[in-house]
Amino acid sequence: MYTFSNRLKIASIILMVVGALGVGVGFVSMPSNVEEAKAMVASHDDGHGSDHGAETMHATEGEHGAATAAEAHDSSHDEHLLHQLQNRPWSALYVAAFFFMMLALGTLAFYAIQRAAQAGWSPLLFRVMEGITSYIVPGGIIVFVILVLSTMHLNHLFVWMDPEVVAEDKLLQGKAGYLNPTFFLIRAAIYLAIWIGYREYSRKLSLRQDESSDNSNFVKNFRVSAAFLVLFLISESMMSWDWIMSVDPHWFSTLFGWYVFASMFVSGITVIALVTIYLKSRGFLPEVNNSHLHDLAKFMFGISIFWTYLWFSQFMLIWYSNIPEEVTYFVTRIADYKLAFFGMVAMNFLFPVLILMNSDFKRMNWFIVMAGVVILCGHYIDIFNMIMPSTVGDQWYIGIPEIGAVLLFAGLFIFWIFRAMTKAAMQPKRNPFIEESKHFHY
Amino acid sequence: MSSKVIHAFYNDDDVLMHAVKKVKAAKFHIEEVYCPFPVHGLDKAMGLAPTRLAIMSFMYGCIGLAVAITMMNYMMIQDWPQDIGGKPSFSYLENMPAFVPIMFELTVFFAAHLMVITFYMRSKLWPFKEAENPDVRTTDDHFLMEIEIHDNEAELKELLLSTGAVEINITEK
Repeated sequence: MYTFSNRLKIASIILMVVGALGVGVGFVSMPSNVEEAKAMVASHDDGHGSDHGAETMHATEGEHGAATAAEAHDSSHDEHLLHQLQNRPWSALYVAAFFFMMLALGTLAFYAIQRAAQAGWSPLLFRVMEGITSYIVPGGIIVFVILVLSTMHLNHLFVWMDPEVVAEDKLLQGKAGYLNPTFFLIRAAIYLAIWIGYREYSRKLSLRQDESSDNSNFVKNFRVSAAFLVLFLISESMMSWDWIMSVDPHWFSTLFGWYVFASMFVSGITVIALVTIYLKSRGFLPEVNNSHLHDLAKFMFGISIFWTYLWFSQFMLIWYSNIPEEVTYFVTRIADYKLAFFGMVAMNFLFPVLILMNSDFKRMNWFIVMAGVVILCGHYIDIFNMIMPSTVGDQWYIGIPEIGAVLLFAGLFIFWIFRAMTKAAMQPKRNPFIEESKHFHY
Repeated sequence: MSSKVIHAFYNDDDVLMHAVKKVKAAKFHIEEVYCPFPVHGLDKAMGLAPTRLAIMSFMYGCIGLAVAITMMNYMMIQDWPQDIGGKPSFSYLENMPAFVPIMFELTVFFAAHLMVITFYMRSKLWPFKEAENPDVRTTDDHFLMEIEIHDNEAELKELLLSTGAVEINITEK
């Protein structure tokens, strides 16, 4: 039985409070009108030159038109700038909320695969995974609430939700059959119902299996996991179109769902490894040996490469053909997010590949922790790169709102998953593979 | 100098593993063990040093990557930087995404093939090589442990019989 250490509980609460303050500061300092927005950008100019691009672009475009046209453009530009700055705390909140929900979702997918594949090594870690996936309930609901607030026009994260924008945009009108607020929320509710429903049911069966006298709960869990994986791939793919791709509704990519999946899958596995190392170091997982960690690290290594494969496939196909309607996605990212965009490839690919290639390193806790922290930061930046360029554009910065939102959800995540782990024995009792898992040796 | 070796036959891999551990514990040097299939953990029981093939493979991969980069940088950027379909051939980095598939494949190609050739050379395997099998049964269903004799024939024989050997032969080598 796991007992939630007081120090960890206090740490998670401090994270939440500090994070909430950061998020609050982000919302308070949000400009409410064009003048404030201009003043913010002007004062920021002294600090760093992140908005140079916008200024020069505006200047060159202004030269083309007549004076009146330039003036009209000027005011529309200011309006645009205001929306970007107003989006910043919302985007920061959304990216962090999605990132932590995605950790739980990636773990859930891994858990379902372990069940459906009847893996012999992992049953010892099932309670760890079940603890992590418990966050899908609050995390999913928080993301859903942010989406509801978006449909209520409290922010401008999704431009297609704005009827005025759609009225002037033929492309968005064409997509309105799919991208309309009502259908959007219904779909979101369905995805969450699938994920939360499976998580709760599988957890119930897993606990019931401990008490039962036969394996019927285990078999049922196997079947429901296999069925979930089918539904998961459909819902995850559509979720990535809805929640991420649609912040940029003029752009589309066919492998986007897989790409988002790879990102959440590798982050989920990394979280399992980190939590396992923490719990083992506190003596709650006596039967877990370094072969289990070796397996998790192999997954971290392999799925990191898989993520890179998808990242590169998406990038290279679009770069190579250079079709204007697709390539703008990467043009804005390379112009305004150069370090974040390429830095993430170094963090998510080069670092784990070089660190986790050696079989001996994969058995050492501090190597896994080091690689894991870099992978998690890298995948946060990955989500950041997916959302931010379309919502705040070149007005991005990793400052108080972004870090605050990460701390807030990190605290909530830690608090929730470790609290969930106190509710059941850390080791499943009657799993048919538990003996194999205890003696797992690679 | 001619030396005598003892060949102990086993017909079960578990028995063989125990025998190897026992012989090691008695401080005899095991010359060789012949098996029809890989016995998991035998190398550890015999105290063999771990293979360095993976390290070689990594280095070969690095060589492959270097070959790919050098080759394409010379051909596409230095030697004749043509405009092919608007691809930017001003510097290697600018056109790099187009080279990545080749960089990847050559890395894998070098890592795999040179590692296999290294394996053949280190384990002395080639076509028309004469088989070194002391007994044909070791390729089918028998395991064979070979130990050199230094005036301790009776003692060794007794030890090997006690480990469950089904047959013991002494041959000149």
